[in-house]
Amino acid sequence: MNGSLSRRGFVGGLALLGLGSPRAVAQGFAGLGRDAEGFAAVTPGRVLSFPADHGAHPEFRIEWWYLTANLTDAAGNAYGAQWTLFRQAMAAGAQPDGWANPQIWMGHAAVTSASTHHYAEAFARGGVGQAGVTASPFRAWIDAWEMSRGDGFNDATAAPLDVTASGPAFSYALQLEAQQGLVLQGDAGYSKKSERGQASYYYSQPYFAARGQLTIDGNTVKVTGRAWMDREFSSQPLASDQTGWDWFSLHLASGEKLMLFRLRQKDGANYFSGNWIRRDGRSEQISSSEIAMTPTAFSEVAGKKIPTAWRVGIAARGLQIETTPLNAQAWMGTSFPYWEGPIAFTGSQSGVGYLEMTGY
Amino acid sequence: MKRALWILAVLLSHWRRHPMQLATLLVGLIAATALWSGVQALNQQARTSYDRAAATLGGARTAMLVGRDGATFPQQLFVDLRRTGWPVSPMLEGRVSIGGRSVRLLGIEPVTLPVEASATAEVGRAGVQGFITPPGHALISAETLAELGLAEGGTPAIDATLKLPPLRVQPQLAQGVIVVDIGIAQQLLKMPGEVSRLLIGKAGGPRAALASVTGEKLRLVEPEAETDLERLTDSFHLNLTAFGLLSFVVGLFIVNSAIGLGFEQRRPMLRTLRACGVSARLLNAVLLVELVSIAVTAGLVGLVCGYFIAASLLPDVAASLRGLYGATIPGQLTLKPQWWLAGLTISILGALAAATSSLLKAVRLPLLAAAQPYAWQQAQGRWLTLQGSFAVIILFGAAGVLWLGDSLVAGFTVLAALLIGAALALPAILGLVLAAGERSTQRPLAKWFWADSRLQLSGLSLALMALLLALAVNVGVGTMVESFSRTFTGWLDGRLAPEIYLAASSEKQGAEIRSWLKQRPEVQAVLPGSRTDVPIAGLPVELLGFADHATYRDQWPLLESTRDAWDRVKTGDAALISEQLSRRLKLKIGDHVTAPTPAGAWKLEVVAIYADYGNPKGQLGVAIDALIARFPDISQTRLGVRVAPADVPAMMTAIRERFGLDGRSLADQSTVKTESQKIFNRTFAVTAALNAFTLAVAGVALLTSLLTLSQSRLPQLAPLWAIGITRKRLAGIELLKTLSVALITALLALPLGLAVAWCLIAVVNVKAFGWRLPFHVFPLQLIQLLGVAMLASLLAALLPIIKLLRMQPAQLVKVFANER
Repeated sequence: MNGSLSRRGFVGGLALLGLGSPRAVAQGFAGLGRDAEGFAAVTPGRVLSFPADHGAHPEFRIEWWYLTANLTDAAGNAYGAQWTLFRQAMAAGAQPDGWANPQIWMGHAAVTSASTHHYAEAFARGGVGQAGVTASPFRAWIDAWEMSRGDGFNDATAAPLDVTASGPAFSYALQLEAQQGLVLQGDAGYSKKSERGQASYYYSQPYFAARGQLTIDGNTVKVTGRAWMDREFSSQPLASDQTGWDWFSLHLASGEKLMLFRLRQKDGANYFSGNWIRRDGRSEQISSSEIAMTPTAFSEVAGKKIPTAWRVGIAARGLQIETTPLNAQAWMGTSFPYWEGPIAFTGSQSGVGYLEMTGY
Repeated sequence: MKRALWILAVLLSHWRRHPMQLATLLVGLIAATALWSGVQALNQQARTSYDRAAATLGGARTAMLVGRDGATFPQQLFVDLRRTGWPVSPMLEGRVSIGGRSVRLLGIEPVTLPVEASATAEVGRAGVQGFITPPGHALISAETLAELGLAEGGTPAIDATLKLPPLRVQPQLAQGVIVVDIGIAQQLLKMPGEVSRLLIGKAGGPRAALASVTGEKLRLVEPEAETDLERLTDSFHLNLTAFGLLSFVVGLFIVNSAIGLGFEQRRPMLRTLRACGVSARLLNAVLLVELVSIAVTAGLVGLVCGYFIAASLLPDVAASLRGLYGATIPGQLTLKPQWWLAGLTISILGALAAATSSLLKAVRLPLLAAAQPYAWQQAQGRWLTLQGSFAVIILFGAAGVLWLGDSLVAGFTVLAALLIGAALALPAILGLVLAAGERSTQRPLAKWFWADSRLQLSGLSLALMALLLALAVNVGVGTMVESFSRTFTGWLDGRLAPEIYLAASSEKQGAEIRSWLKQRPEVQAVLPGSRTDVPIAGLPVELLGFADHATYRDQWPLLESTRDAWDRVKTGDAALISEQLSRRLKLKIGDHVTAPTPAGAWKLEVVAIYADYGNPKGQLGVAIDALIARFPDISQTRLGVRVAPADVPAMMTAIRERFGLDGRSLADQSTVKTESQKIFNRTFAVTAALNAFTLAVAGVALLTSLLTLSQSRLPQLAPLWAIGITRKRLAGIELLKTLSVALITALLALPLGLAVAWCLIAVVNVKAFGWRLPFHVFPLQLIQLLGVAMLASLLAALLPIIKLLRMQPAQLVKVFANER
């Protein structure tokens, strides 16, 4: 879990500040890594409560609503869809309405098939209504993209949800249902990020069943599948010696869920971490030494060499799988570029999931 | 290759022996390149700054949505559009006063600003966070910062309570603009929640129909390829370009005669080389290489000179553009690499064009050619007839364009055709005059004088054509400037009737000053003046409200009016219209014009047309009461005060002390007049400078031609010397000949110049500036120019004459020994 917050914090923080010159990015990044003065601190013992925590937490520096979906159409073709909303505060303190509001919002949306990958991004200032999140009734939006409560919304499952997004060559509308409750990550939602005390509040809903329709290059298909949402907020998430990460969210055929990542550090060492979520929603931490992740194939993507196929093993749990991407060219050429796309895996377990890789 | 190098060395040895000739060749090329490139640099500088203004932060290059009535609208419309897929970014624009100077304030939203609209104006170095987080930053260009006398980091006050955010220099920003975050702009302009327009990004994606989101409230404005500023200033740049081209052509005349002379003198050398076995092809190739190397060298020097010409003219050009069109261009010259390349190319092409006839002669050079002056003159006669008929055709063409054309380009076409036609006709006309002279005399020497002058004609004609062009343009421009200066002075006296002008710092102070002035016994009248801009036919038009007062009735010079114009204006349903606007909108007396106002459309009948020299905007003069009734929020801070001239200083002091107005908000009539005149003098300073350059270049052209001739005409003079005419007498005759052809040319230039002046005043000025001046002829000026022309010719003729005087008899004798 350590890296989960970092990876998205990295995406959010850099891209938001990256509107200016490279130097501004550097300054913003450095600032983000250094201090959280004026922002609320993440401390153990806070009880996450819903629906309030589905909404925005402007007293914390950063926050996101992160949804990935593995889908198939009637003919059995596989697709992936991503819907992400990031919030970042430029300053702590008062949250006035209007342009003086210090929040900046960023949205990413993508649709992936075996042969295509379309994505779009959006930026907005808080305080005027262009983007925002309200807890009750739950609604998260930026421009025309929206993730909002469906009829009979249950705060404990964060379902049902209606999710829409569109870009120049794609659009989608998905309905998400879930029977199981939210998964509180780490220690009842308190997720420690480093030995130096960095941490975040983190919960997930990995049990969504999804259905809806995708439109890619003008062709509309009906789809069904699974989706996974991560919710996280914090004030000081970054470790300054990270260079990038490789992150997996996997729906195992057994009904269990697995989140795994590898953090690449400046000194060349790798730090592994993961979380095994049982069918009943309880999660168990996997220690660094138990995890083995090895790239098995590289693809030339956007002029870079990206490891798009992996061998993943957790000996203690008898897991040994090989992952392959649905589309090796699932590159998000956004302000802060990264690779994110649906994968399938076989081996001791089979299933589908999402892979995200940054820093290449 | 080695052989080619040897030939080049032989050819170049000629220049070593004739450094003066090389100098004239270089001077010609340098002058041509320098003037042309200088003018191009000025144009480029101005265009770059217009482009910058247009591309920056949603200028005319970006599609946008604006309010139906041109007013601001609530930012909720922005949110509604974003929520339905429109990639729009809000912008709020207004003006703030900093230390008494009005500056454009632009509020932008950097997070949604389309990349293509912000490309030239990256939001400050400190990034978005610093820009949008209070206190934020105020971005400003270094030039504007200096103009306002402010320092980076300063927070100038814009009124009693509000201050700008700390100023940050942003080099890419347009002039006269301060950029802040939209939220800060809404505070500073006291327009919370309002925006002026929405820029539409290029990002694709499904979007709802505009009307379904915003109803009828917003209107789509498509991006323009050309900005208003470009359209307005086009004429000015065309003007400059025309002068640059003229100087370039005149410079090429020098090059032509210098190359012609060089060829003439190297004829024996070329013949010897050919006789030694050098093929004509190789010889020509080497001649070409020589020419291109000279052109490149001269071109480089010319470019450096051009840079300095442009740099020295830039302040005047910038002042003119600001005064005439409100266009601000930076005072620091920056040149693109293309400019240097284009300059070198034009130098090479110019040299090749000027050398064409010499190179062709060299190609066809017979190995053993004898001089055949008479036969050559006959050929020349045919050529003159041909050239003459060509001239007639061009002149008819000019008349046709004048008849049919109505644009600025047509105006310049007429000018060009007139000048080219006259220049082409010049040798034929001179030929006729000289032939008439020859017929009129029986004395042998006189007959020889006329006949020999005719023989000289072909060698001199290019230089004389240059002289004709330079003189005609001088007469034309001189007449125009003088006409303008007189008209303008008279007009200024009429328009600037009040003795004191002041602008109060607030409405409250304005009211105080008005009531205070009314109690002063020495004040004869207080004349309030209010103005506001309204869009008419897509262009900003100034509505100028003035009181009904004898001052205006008696002194405001009207070009055309109905008899009851002043009474009609007083009623509030009629207006005076500025000449520019009447031309632009094609409005005559009795026509109607409709101005949009907050109280609805205001239909005004045009009852008079007045000159409004130098105003970049069109203007309508209306009754001030009617204007205030329709624009209740209009600023009423400007006043004109009429007092006896003797009371002006005391009154000024009293107002200054009582109300604390500084030099910017309080001025007397003479100061305003001086300022206005300064702007207008600068407008024509550039024209006058280019004019002087052209005349100087024409003088050099004449000198080089005469040098060429004096060399090649030795065989004609030697026999005369041999039959007993002294060198002194010969020199006298030569001088007389030169001066007489120059005089005939200069006399021809006068009517041509007046035609040019008429064309400038009646066609070009009307199109370029929107006003027509009365046409005056200034005989004294013409005589003066005639004197200058004769002086220039005398100076040009002097050097060859002195050479002739000092010529050793042995050299003259040698003519008979050497078969040429």
